[in-house]
Amino acid sequence: MTLHNPSVKSVQTTDAVVATGVSKVFDAAGVTALDGVDLVVRAGEFVSLIGPSGCGKSTLLRLIADLDEPSGGTLQIFGKSAKQARIDQDYGIAFQQAGLLPWRTVAANIELPLELHGFPKAQRADRSRELLDLVGLSDFGQRYPDELSGGMQQRIAIARALAEKPNLLLMDEPFGALDEMTRERMQTELTRICAETGAAVVFVTHSIPEAVFLSDRVVVMSPRPGRIETVVPMALGPAHERGDQIREDPTFFSMVTAVREALHQGAPARGTDNR
Amino acid sequence: MSARSRDTLVRAGAPVALGVFVLVAWQLIVTVGEIDDYLLPSPLSIAGQVVEFWPSLVAAVGSTGLNALIGLVVGSVVGVGIALLASLSRVVDYLSAPLVAGLAVVPIVALAPVLNTMFGADSETGRRTIAGLAVFVPVFINTLRGLRQTAPVHRDLMRSYAAKPGQVVRVLTIPAARPYIFTGIRIASSLAVISALVAEYFGGPRGGLGSLISSSAATSAYARAWAYVVGGIVLGLLFFVVTSALERLVTPSAAFPHGTTDSTTRTSSTSSTNLSNTAPRKELT
Ligand SMILES: Nc1ncnc2c1ncn2[C@@H]1O[C@H](COP(=O)(O)OP(=O)(O)OP(=O)(O)O)[C@@H](O)[C@H]1O
Ligand SMILES: [Mg+2]
Repeated sequence: MTLHNPSVKSVQTTDAVVATGVSKVFDAAGVTALDGVDLVVRAGEFVSLIGPSGCGKSTLLRLIADLDEPSGGTLQIFGKSAKQARIDQDYGIAFQQAGLLPWRTVAANIELPLELHGFPKAQRADRSRELLDLVGLSDFGQRYPDELSGGMQQRIAIARALAEKPNLLLMDEPFGALDEMTRERMQTELTRICAETGAAVVFVTHSIPEAVFLSDRVVVMSPRPGRIETVVPMALGPAHERGDQIREDPTFFSMVTAVREALHQGAPARGTDNR
Repeated sequence: MSARSRDTLVRAGAPVALGVFVLVAWQLIVTVGEIDDYLLPSPLSIAGQVVEFWPSLVAAVGSTGLNALIGLVVGSVVGVGIALLASLSRVVDYLSAPLVAGLAVVPIVALAPVLNTMFGADSETGRRTIAGLAVFVPVFINTLRGLRQTAPVHRDLMRSYAAKPGQVVRVLTIPAARPYIFTGIRIASSLAVISALVAEYFGGPRGGLGSLISSSAATSAYARAWAYVVGGIVLGLLFFVVTSALERLVTPSAAFPHGTTDSTTRTSSTSSTNLSNTAPRKELT
């Protein structure tokens, strides 16, 4: 299986994620985390999930990743069950916590998925070097996670998620621990990576500008029970053309406003059209 | 002098100074107070005995040390092994829990006379078994606790990689348990020496530290008995130091950069042989 060369990309017509009436009830706690979520993420599309804390963003991501099972509804990942997609390694995931293994060097952490899936050593080393470059931590390959700041650890976790060039990236507030400068740089990097690899992304964030900058569509969620409130389409042009200057563009601001209104006012913002 | 080297000096020097002080005070009390030898022999007379019985002392340390070492190795291997099984299988867990709880409250050296009879009076097996049992308990308990220390985010990660159970054990469960395993072994190292030595009080072949301590005391050679006790102390320290050093050696971390064991090198041979006859599952472009 060869990933992400142009021929494969064009062949890929199945949607990355199709959720139909997905709900999740945590029986023990009696919490309805998600209720009737319908969502389609097309191949290569960047979709952000935004919403108040506890509205079920992480839960939805975990269901897509087959780390939890939905209580109702169906989920299809590239036309397969979530379980099959996980077994086929169709996605890469970065959690809210970095989750690096403290007894492995940074490079060995990035290589972990490659090692588990039987890639030869030389190829693993090349790939981790490449990824360390990408996240700007080339000098830290032989260090241990404890020696890195929280933000640096998070960047390593992102590098690890990218290791196998997945067709679908699941990211749960991956930039939450970063400073504004690094954060913007990582956002620009991520748009570039996505343009390059053609990966679809489901991206959880609390930052409206971040969601706007990165996304093709922003999904606004409402809490208790978690539902999709609105889907706000973005129109900032193709991802790879999105430079830093776009952050000062009037279109950018109007979209930030649109998402903010959808988030804060719920229903009234539905009529807003900023395209 | 840098703050660091002064710190090292204080840390190493303080216990030595205390030891010297205690020995001098002990010598003075015994000499000035004219305390009888059978109550408390002086450090100098004990030292004299150490020199005089040096060959027999070395042989005794070797004999008891070998029993303790065999007990430590076998007890640790079995302890880690059964803990691993108990962590993987609920049946083994339920079967072993009461057994270990039972063993933990039994004073294991109390089994010495029974085991000596069982294995015969001229065999060291009874003593080694006792040392092994004494070692097994803390190693098993600590290892099992350690094997349950994996963080939820790491378990999720392994699941997302569709890692096989064996891979999870190798990559996650055992490394997470490593500090606990070594704590168990460090505790067990002293217990191994104590049990091997005390087991000799209950008969069996002569020539170990325990039998020489009891026979010296029985013939009123108190200073000589103490000389063998010193041998026991040295042996116990040696076991402790070696197991601690072993821990450092196999723990890769920022604190001990020289103990780095790169787990990727350990697995590289197997994965590359896999890949030489079968095409790689994926190709990174
Ligand atoms: N394992 C669980 N058991 C019981 N309840 C859970 C569990 N996981 C999540 N919940 C509940 O489900 C709801 C949604 O949680 P989730 O973690 O998905 O929120 P979130 O949108 O990611 O929040 P945040 O932005 O703070 O990360 C919360 O009310 C939470 O208490
Ligand atoms: Mg969350």
